[in-house]
Amino acid sequence: MKKRYLILLLYLVFLMLPLYWMVNMSLKTTAETLSMFSLVPREPTLNNYRVIFTDPAWYHGYLNSIYYVSLNTVLSLLVALPAAYAFSRFRFLGDKHLFFWLLTNRMAPPAVFLLPFFQLYSSVGLFDTHIAVALAHMLFNVPLAVWILEGFMSGVPREIDETAYLDGYSFPRFFITIFLPLIRAGIGVTAFFCFMFSWVELLLARTLTSVEAKPIAAVMTRTVSASGLDWGVLTAAGVLTLVPGALVIWFVRNHIAKGFALGRV
Amino acid sequence: MARIEFQELAHAYVANPRRDSDYAVQRMNLVWEDGGAYALLGPSGCGKTTLLNIISGLLTPSQGRVLFDERDVTALPPQQRNIAQVFQFPVIYDTMSVYENLAFPLRNRGLPEAKVKARVHEVAEMLELTGALHRPGRNLSADGKQLISMGRGLVREDVAAILFDEPLTVIDPHLKWRLRRKLKEVHARLRLTMVYVTHDQTEALTFADKVVVMHEGRVLQVGTPQELFENPAHTFVGYFIGSPGMNLLPVTLEGNAAVAGRARIPLGAVATPPAGARLELGIRPEFLRLSREPTEGAVAVSVRDAEDLGGARLVRVALGEHLLQVKLPEDAEVPAERGWLAFPAQWIRLYADGYRIA
Amino acid sequence: MDDKPINQKAWFLVLPVVVTVAFSAVVPLMTVVNYSVQDIFDPHTRYFVGTEWFEQILHDSRLHGALVRQFVFSLSVLLIEIPLGIGIALTMPRRGRWVSVCLVLLALPLLVPWNVVGTIWQIFARPDIGLLGRAVNALGIPYNYTGDPTDAWVTVLVMDVWHWTSLVVLLCYAGLQAIPDAFYQAARIDGASRWAVFRYIELPKLRGVLMIAILLRFMDSFMIYAEPFVLTGGGPGSATTFLSQLLTTMAVGQFDLGPAAAFSLIYFLIILLFSYVFYTALTHLGRGANR
Repeated sequence: MKKRYLILLLYLVFLMLPLYWMVNMSLKTTAETLSMFSLVPREPTLNNYRVIFTDPAWYHGYLNSIYYVSLNTVLSLLVALPAAYAFSRFRFLGDKHLFFWLLTNRMAPPAVFLLPFFQLYSSVGLFDTHIAVALAHMLFNVPLAVWILEGFMSGVPREIDETAYLDGYSFPRFFITIFLPLIRAGIGVTAFFCFMFSWVELLLARTLTSVEAKPIAAVMTRTVSASGLDWGVLTAAGVLTLVPGALVIWFVRNHIAKGFALGRV
Repeated sequence: MARIEFQELAHAYVANPRRDSDYAVQRMNLVWEDGGAYALLGPSGCGKTTLLNIISGLLTPSQGRVLFDERDVTALPPQQRNIAQVFQFPVIYDTMSVYENLAFPLRNRGLPEAKVKARVHEVAEMLELTGALHRPGRNLSADGKQLISMGRGLVREDVAAILFDEPLTVIDPHLKWRLRRKLKEVHARLRLTMVYVTHDQTEALTFADKVVVMHEGRVLQVGTPQELFENPAHTFVGYFIGSPGMNLLPVTLEGNAAVAGRARIPLGAVATPPAGARLELGIRPEFLRLSREPTEGAVAVSVRDAEDLGGARLVRVALGEHLLQVKLPEDAEVPAERGWLAFPAQWIRLYADGYRIA
Repeated sequence: MDDKPINQKAWFLVLPVVVTVAFSAVVPLMTVVNYSVQDIFDPHTRYFVGTEWFEQILHDSRLHGALVRQFVFSLSVLLIEIPLGIGIALTMPRRGRWVSVCLVLLALPLLVPWNVVGTIWQIFARPDIGLLGRAVNALGIPYNYTGDPTDAWVTVLVMDVWHWTSLVVLLCYAGLQAIPDAFYQAARIDGASRWAVFRYIELPKLRGVLMIAILLRFMDSFMIYAEPFVLTGGGPGSATTFLSQLLTTMAVGQFDLGPAAAFSLIYFLIILLFSYVFYTALTHLGRGANR
């Protein structure tokens, strides 16, 4: 028992060290960061954060990112849930090929695909809108969502569906009141992954926006100036980008932790 | 095969139990006779699964001892108790064939392969699984999987007992009888102690020689199905067993009669309840007599409604403010509005604070 | 044996997914295919060149070097992150308040935007002002990721392990939590050892999530771009120049749209092929075992 937790603790420390370094840098001036090695800031300053909070470009960047990422997460889950159920419970014409085709959409190296994406979304009038980024991110999030959910759904014995139908449940009622609670762990994990992949994606989001929907990760690239990177402001922004995602996982933590109550229904 | 005994047993899931309600299983002494087919019956959350897990060793009781044939096994882990346990949902090792599933407990104990083979075939034969031995276990139907769960216990020689935790929950209704028949066959053949947990009285009464009724962590009665029906030791048993359950009527005693409101119900004998106890009169709907004309000892009631049960009629009557249910033969005539209800003295039971005194 | 019932109406459940994904998927892919067979001078001046770009790319020695590096890198990533992820998931507490703390801490590296990951490590690993570089040098191991190709390569790998192992852990942890208690109880009654519980209960039940983890990590590590680009710029020399970076140099730096498109398609096909191999192998390995 004890040895187990020691390993876990060591691993968590390994995870936290670079993050600590980021927080550390965000509380220093760029000059201090680059001139000496210090475990804690010599002259702690919140100036870097002040720069971010007083500049509307940063502020809007955050809101834009949160907006399209949330939109993406909700839409991805909505379309993926019924599809995952279909894949986990039925065979139908072309099911295996369809499933794999969905996955192939995660495999396109973005560099060259950016230009056609830009052309496509411009031609349908969605350029520089939140929905454009949300839709584009669904390209890689929906396959993932279907895939994760399918796994969780397949773990639920089919006898449960059958028992419910015998008890006279209709499909929508069964799906919402019985089935979804059983796979809430899967939904929590999926929501988190959709949020996460959409949140950290930069290339597509930057290509499909200019002003109105510009994401935070793109705003960050502004810290490059003639005098090099402004490390302080950049790391402060990095610290702040952790917050929304950490909140999301805090909200879904119980769903992940509880597993599903099979055997206790 | 074993006689299982609980001595001063109690279990609480919380670390430092203080009140009665902290205990999932209240202090008890109980004996499960060797070779008996027992049903452990009670509503959800009454502690029956806890009790089962204490027998199998998955749980160590917080107080008291568990004896198998006089041997103290309280501290022994499940694998040293030679117990088979079948769970609510079938447990199958997915990647193994039926044969490997059955061989698993023996291989874990390092038995020579020849012996493993002999035992597995013997058990497979008994459970009619021989034809399926080399199929992947996961492809069997739910009842087949439950048989394998049982088989994994049976392969071990000298199985002490087989425990079932609501094993029919996920089985198709039309297959339930098949599995139940198999269980009875195995019981008849091996004379093993069997404990069958369920909240379904029909399942319990058809499976078991003896039924153990539990409620809120207490064993209220151990008895044959007939005893539970005729002489419930507790109002809960009376109410829980039978359809519908026993009628319970709050009464006071006056000499050898029970008084409920203005009605006097003659009793066969004089009972002396503990002072200050809450008294209830219990009688099964099957034993009440309802007639149009007054008879000796009968009390006046108003008839509320009648329901056809198919083969019998269920009549609801009001005695003062209390409703009673009367089960009559299908062809019996039901008085229209008023009637007279007789309580045959030999079927009247008296309960003080829930427990039977007469 | 796959005993799922056949039901063509299931298509209705899948339709929303097909529509939303196809909207973004089909047109760009066709456009790239179009580029890859043309020589483009400007939007109105283009010539059909057939397979010329493909032949040129396939004989490019820069591609061969990057491809080998890419394979070694992705393989290392899988060999480290998958077992480590399973192991960490097994050490996690199954219930209690520490679960939440662990989950949030685990998730943090995943939430850092990819360009920022490289940025942090760029300083974090510096031998003069970074914690990692300092610490390694203090242990007496000479280390300088900006100068030594091996050090640079190892740094990118460690960075990837730091960044992505949590994904494997989270997936495996959720998978483990989904195993009903009855399985562990049955195993105890059957006298199974800890190893047997892992081998015959946990691993088969994890098959589904492990397939997701393996394929995701393969695809994403094979397309890794922002992190090493920011950290090392592909150097020293070309020690950490992976496929994506080579492609970007070609598409953006040299603006060779035709060859870059051809490169993209080859790249895409390689990922497709290997993913398909993994997918089929893992599906057959324990077909239906997770049912």
